[in-house]
Amino acid sequence: MAQPIAIKATGLTKRFGDFTAVDGISFEVYQGEIFGFLGANGAGKTTAMRMLCGLSIPTGGTATVAGFDVYEQTEQIKRSIGYMSQKFSLYEDLTVKENIRFYAGIYGKSDAFIKEKTAFLLKELHMEAEGNKLVRSLPLGWKQKLAFSVAIFHEPGIVFLDEPTGGVDPVTRREFWNMIYQAAARGITVFVTTHYMDEAEYCNRVSIMVDGRIDALDTPRELKRSLQAASMDEVFLKLARKATRNAD
Amino acid sequence: MPAVIAENIVKRYGKKKDTVEALKGISFEAAEGELFGIIGPDGAGKTSLFRILTTLLLPDAGKATVDGLDVVKDYKEIRNRVGYMPGRFSLYQDLTVAENMEFFATIFNTSIEENYNLVKDIYSQIEPFKDRRAGKLSGGMKQKLALSCALIHRPSVLFLDEPTTGVDAVSRKEFWEMLRKLKQQGITILVSTPYMDEASLCDRVALVQSGQLLSVDTPAGVRGAFGKPLLAIRATKMLPLLDNLKKAEPVIDAYPFGEFYHAVMQPGYDEAALRNYLGQKGHEDIEIHSIEPDIEDCFMDLMKN
Repeated sequence: MAQPIAIKATGLTKRFGDFTAVDGISFEVYQGEIFGFLGANGAGKTTAMRMLCGLSIPTGGTATVAGFDVYEQTEQIKRSIGYMSQKFSLYEDLTVKENIRFYAGIYGKSDAFIKEKTAFLLKELHMEAEGNKLVRSLPLGWKQKLAFSVAIFHEPGIVFLDEPTGGVDPVTRREFWNMIYQAAARGITVFVTTHYMDEAEYCNRVSIMVDGRIDALDTPRELKRSLQAASMDEVFLKLARKATRNAD
Repeated sequence: MPAVIAENIVKRYGKKKDTVEALKGISFEAAEGELFGIIGPDGAGKTSLFRILTTLLLPDAGKATVDGLDVVKDYKEIRNRVGYMPGRFSLYQDLTVAENMEFFATIFNTSIEENYNLVKDIYSQIEPFKDRRAGKLSGGMKQKLALSCALIHRPSVLFLDEPTTGVDAVSRKEFWEMLRKLKQQGITILVSTPYMDEASLCDRVALVQSGQLLSVDTPAGVRGAFGKPLLAIRATKMLPLLDNLKKAEPVIDAYPFGEFYHAVMQPGYDEAALRNYLGQKGHEDIEIHSIEPDIEDCFMDLMKN
């Protein structure tokens, strides 16, 4: 049975001058899948992600995201995806509700839609009392959970998460992953990077980038079996240690 | 005498109405030559604590000494003796690698040559790029330069605030290897991290959450204090398994942990009965192992109590 495909890349390449940041990567991500995109610092993850989000035009190869071409249809891609990163997610000096309205407005959602869904979302996050508080005043864990909810507020088909759980406490980290599972169960494709190797285990499939190329792509179980490793941490170390490129 | 003593340190931010208590009375001691870890998530108060101990911030209450010197009264002398690597890269981006090193050496009335053997292992890795501006270095190289600069005056106590945050697993291992070597040179090292797995690399750790210490002990001691049986469990259908486990009678807590779920059990639980129960819920290929708790298990247990 052929699964619907959310992302498809074939020989996707990005060169900056004579430096090849992403070196012909090919892979498919299925709809509703949680896809872990791992790699050492400087392996090319961010560059690859920027191309898939329609923020950077490739210098070679092809790719489609939600059926849209990464060269020609970047605006359609941006409308079809959600994005969240640890470094940048919400505006600290806007309130919780203002952030939601701002992002939903950018994606062209109607006032009625925003109003109804905001109430629902705050209830689900147990944050009804925080709606009018500045995001700056929230604990980090709450911020990250809110940021994720905002990233999928406009009901995108795909959400890109760039190290969403960095620095978050272990209990909140697990609550966050629970939200990821719920989103995936609703059919949202999740494309996620992380430095926590236990989180790699929570992905349906994982790819590992080394020096601009995808060196391995499989389920965590199969990766561990084929590399004779006890954990994903070991898998990662075995592959990433082969890197010859300097970090970042 | 301990290299660092903190007694009931309190730090508050903000005005009267909405004060945030970042540190709620923190007390601990770090022995001379110890590699001491402050482990906790973002917002736990790690940076406030480091800034107080390095005399960059005044505590609202409590006392602390570094190298026997008071962090408020003797701040000038402490600044000569400690090395501090802040969480954010704070060297001069438009000076070269060598210029940054010379600058910090000069400030402390020393020279790169004088203490070269201390920084050699680390600095030699970036020396080939010594004419490159610091702003143009990769993340890993910036980190090595910052550590070299923090060491150039041969400090007796080194404070490293989240040196491995956002760093990949390979570089993290290398960084801890560098710390182990520095420790052998007799330098006391206080290092903070949000990564629980780094706790086991410290002599002792303080687990910190919301401005409070949950525990101060050796990694083995932290694990030993867990005091409840812990199981790693998996089966074919993982999603319903977690829910079933949480509802099982002898299970105190259950949560994902890598490819398994960890279940904290009541003492004296019956494994056969648990297996039976999970079988009745329709689970197949049930795997149950009795395991030792990880620091992360201990942290969550302490957080929830």
